[in-house]
Amino acid sequence: MSNTKSNPAPEREHRDERERQDERDRENARELGAAGSQLSTAPREESVANLPAMGVIGWARWFWRQLTSMRVALILLFLLSLGAIPGSLIPQNSVDELKVETFKKAHTAVSPIYEKLQFFDVYSSVWFSAIYILLFISLIGCIVPRTGQFIGQLRSRPPGAPKRLTRLPAYTTWRTEAEPEQVREAALAMMRRRRYRAHTAGDAVAAEKGYLREAGNLVFHVALIVMLVAFAWGQLFKSEGGKLIVEGDGFSNTLTQYDDFKPGSMFDSDSLAPFSFKLDKFIGTYERSGPQIGTPRTYEAHVTYEKGAYGKPQKTVIKVNEPLVIDGTKVYLNAHGYAPVVSVKDASGKVVYRNAVPLLPIDNNVTSTGAIKVLDGYRDKNGKKTQLGFQAFFVPSFAGENQGTMFSQFPAADNPRLALNGYHGYLGPDSGLAQNVYQLDKSKMTEFKDSKGKQLKQRLAVGDTMKLPDGAGSITFEGVEEWASFQISEQPASGWALTGAIAAIAGLAGSLFIQRRRIWVRAVRGADGVTVVEMAGLGRSESAKLPEELADLAVTLNAVAPTAPGPDTDPGSDAGSVEESSVEPAEGAEK
Amino acid sequence: MNLAAATNENLAHTSNVLIYSSMAVYTLAFFAHIAEWVFGSRSKVGRTAAALTEAEAGAEGAGASAKVQVAQKGGGTAVLDRPKIITRSAAGTRDVPDGPGAAGGTFKGDLYGRMAVSMTVLAFLVQASGVIARALSVQRAPWGNMYEFSITFSTVAVAAYLTLLALKKNVRWMGLLLVTTVLLDLGIATTWLYTDSDQLVPALHSYWLWIHVSTAILCGAVFYIGAVGTLLYLFRDSYENKLANGGQPGSFARSVLSRLPAAASLDKFSYRINAAVFPLWTFTIIAGAIWAGDAWGRYWGWDPKEVWSFITWVAYACYLHARATAGWKGRKAAYLALIAFGCWLFNYYGVNIFVTGKHSYAGV
Ligand code: HEM
Repeated sequence: MSNTKSNPAPEREHRDERERQDERDRENARELGAAGSQLSTAPREESVANLPAMGVIGWARWFWRQLTSMRVALILLFLLSLGAIPGSLIPQNSVDELKVETFKKAHTAVSPIYEKLQFFDVYSSVWFSAIYILLFISLIGCIVPRTGQFIGQLRSRPPGAPKRLTRLPAYTTWRTEAEPEQVREAALAMMRRRRYRAHTAGDAVAAEKGYLREAGNLVFHVALIVMLVAFAWGQLFKSEGGKLIVEGDGFSNTLTQYDDFKPGSMFDSDSLAPFSFKLDKFIGTYERSGPQIGTPRTYEAHVTYEKGAYGKPQKTVIKVNEPLVIDGTKVYLNAHGYAPVVSVKDASGKVVYRNAVPLLPIDNNVTSTGAIKVLDGYRDKNGKKTQLGFQAFFVPSFAGENQGTMFSQFPAADNPRLALNGYHGYLGPDSGLAQNVYQLDKSKMTEFKDSKGKQLKQRLAVGDTMKLPDGAGSITFEGVEEWASFQISEQPASGWALTGAIAAIAGLAGSLFIQRRRIWVRAVRGADGVTVVEMAGLGRSESAKLPEELADLAVTLNAVAPTAPGPDTDPGSDAGSVEESSVEPAEGAEK
Repeated sequence: MNLAAATNENLAHTSNVLIYSSMAVYTLAFFAHIAEWVFGSRSKVGRTAAALTEAEAGAEGAGASAKVQVAQKGGGTAVLDRPKIITRSAAGTRDVPDGPGAAGGTFKGDLYGRMAVSMTVLAFLVQASGVIARALSVQRAPWGNMYEFSITFSTVAVAAYLTLLALKKNVRWMGLLLVTTVLLDLGIATTWLYTDSDQLVPALHSYWLWIHVSTAILCGAVFYIGAVGTLLYLFRDSYENKLANGGQPGSFARSVLSRLPAAASLDKFSYRINAAVFPLWTFTIIAGAIWAGDAWGRYWGWDPKEVWSFITWVAYACYLHARATAGWKGRKAAYLALIAFGCWLFNYYGVNIFVTGKHSYAGV
């Protein structure tokens, strides 16, 4: 709020409002001295302009002090939120690599720059890491001394009363016939009854309450560190993989069984939990009518699983929000589709292939595509060994002939059709790349031709057979199975993350809802021999509750030390500087 | 498989009618508030401006008061039967009394103000019934898409406002602004975001939906009220600054801003609101993470919605820190609070509409 106006007239009235407040601030602090100090363990603010004397140690100390100051924590927090933004607007490798590729193709101009700035990996980028690591160093550098200070405060007693209690935010006084010692004793007993930490220091009782605020604040900040460490640990040691399973098939948790596997960088494959499961049945239901027709309603994977190598088989149902948890490893249901069952006969009429072939959905109504590959066992009509490949296009709900669309009309398998076209030749080495399962490499294959010399194509209903030309055999669409794909993941330390989270909320509640405040009660014999009682309260922040609490305490104490008649009952008058005001509770002025 | 039958079209229709009716009543409340401000302006609130500067000179005194008020007997010779509490406002705050409110102390203004509040209560009841009818028609919590989210959001914001009023807090000054934004919110909801009532996709079948989304709505509504307080604080603060520095505020400021509570009161009001919801917002994010852990196999994956919840959270933490940092109190902290609320808004409208992520249930 620097307000250096063009008019430099240093008239008191025209000086910036805030300067005056600051001055009052400082003056107050001076007057309260130790009594007002340490109500919080927040680090003292130092001016950045206070540059140290040269020398490495001086600079290091200066740097450390800056880093652990509230101001820098504030700036780092701000930078953290700013730095998180690009990752929400630009596709991220960690979320969807395909999208990143598409983006790069579409934006050839900016992509190299983004790449350099690590905008496709914001949350693991050097600069983002730098921000949060600095923040957490700063946090630790802040917590450790604050904790020490706080423990010191807990060990010592509340500071004694300042000289002029009238300077405090809430103040009251009265005269009483009771002896000063008596008043102090009563005050001490009263404060202790109200769970203040209280003691008598000189002519006054000093009491303090609400330490939980500070404790809560420290717990909150420590919990943040616990959460960060737990999250980082989980990222490093996690295991995460996917597996597609057709009804009737199974999976056991070893590395080789995964379709794809993305472990954390410190993951050790021996740590995979031993278990296995079999997909008995997948059930999907869909909205049958209304504007959202076709929207999925339930997905259920009915499975039988066994813990360990020789576990007892148990049945359960995995749903979208209800993973199966075995020894800390979770099995999630994350996609499903159809696997048409086809059988292939060779030229001699022998069944050489029979399989449920999983196909990949390409739209919301589960129109699917994929490939059927007969790798061995097939012989053509000359008895020569060769391989067969079919491109498959599947719709679970066919619109009907002459409807002008081959796409599926509904996600359930109400009226399935399988369209095929075939090839023979060499399928190429199955390199093991996951996509290859769903794609045909046609470079070394020849298409089958129909009698008119066109490519052989046919749309099959369940039970239909497509004959290959020249007695080369046939392929039959026997039925439809469903498949489900599962994500199998283990993220260690998530229990710690949760514990940290709960502690953070509890600590935060304590830190924000509890008031820390001090009350002093002074009782001295006045000049005329009558006891003067003074009470004053100080809160960490200005609070409406403090005067109320003080009033409440004063009334209680007043019952023990009743007001004496006397000439000077005006509480403000003995401290000339305090302008007295009897304030009506301005309606709702507070809270 | 009996799910398809669950949607009750009649109830859904009733809900729509109720929502439109509530908009009509809110419009009446809006005009009543306008009348309140107009009649209030005819009072001589200009006088308070002079009083303000005077109060400024006597730096100490005003502030909170104790519930034990003392009967101060005249003459100074009588027995003081109860101790009297003197308060000094903490250092760093201006001692300026609160403005008289929109009605400006005029009878007519006050009458219209009360009518506006009654109308708001009525509109609230109608709107809440609309939300409940919607919930019954889909047999679930009305939080499945942006339309439902929006109508619930403004219902909760009004509920929070009316609760504060019922607790005898001085919040009528925000009535006009609140009713205006509620109308805006409902207008957007019914024209652009409307989605026919229907059930949820499997990913939303979880009791965490109840917990996570309900607290998210509550946080948003209350953060909104905090933001209104902050915004008005900024206006009122520059008005007071001007007065304190001997400037002459414009006639709009004199008429409208002088009727608002003091900057210090507004600042404290929005701080309390924001501080009170911050732990709940923290909880909302954690509940979301737990749900994500069940639904998607990871509790935190930097999905755009997650990122913006996090940004909002950090921004509010910034604000709370700023309040505790010398040199950042006051206006700077207030700007941070507004930025933080802006993040919340972007998370709601911006991310749902412009950014695709796993949270694509907006139904728009
Ligand atoms: C990294 C360095 C950090 C430092 C030096 C720091 C310091 C402090 C201090 C001293 C307080 C007490 C203020 C008071 O008594 O009013 C405080 C409060 C708080 N801190 Fe931090 N903090 C740090 C990081 C964080 C982080 C990363 C967060 C979370 C995003 C956070 C959130 C809070 C909250 C919510 C409060 C309560 C504010 C209040 O009492 O009004 N802090 N912090």
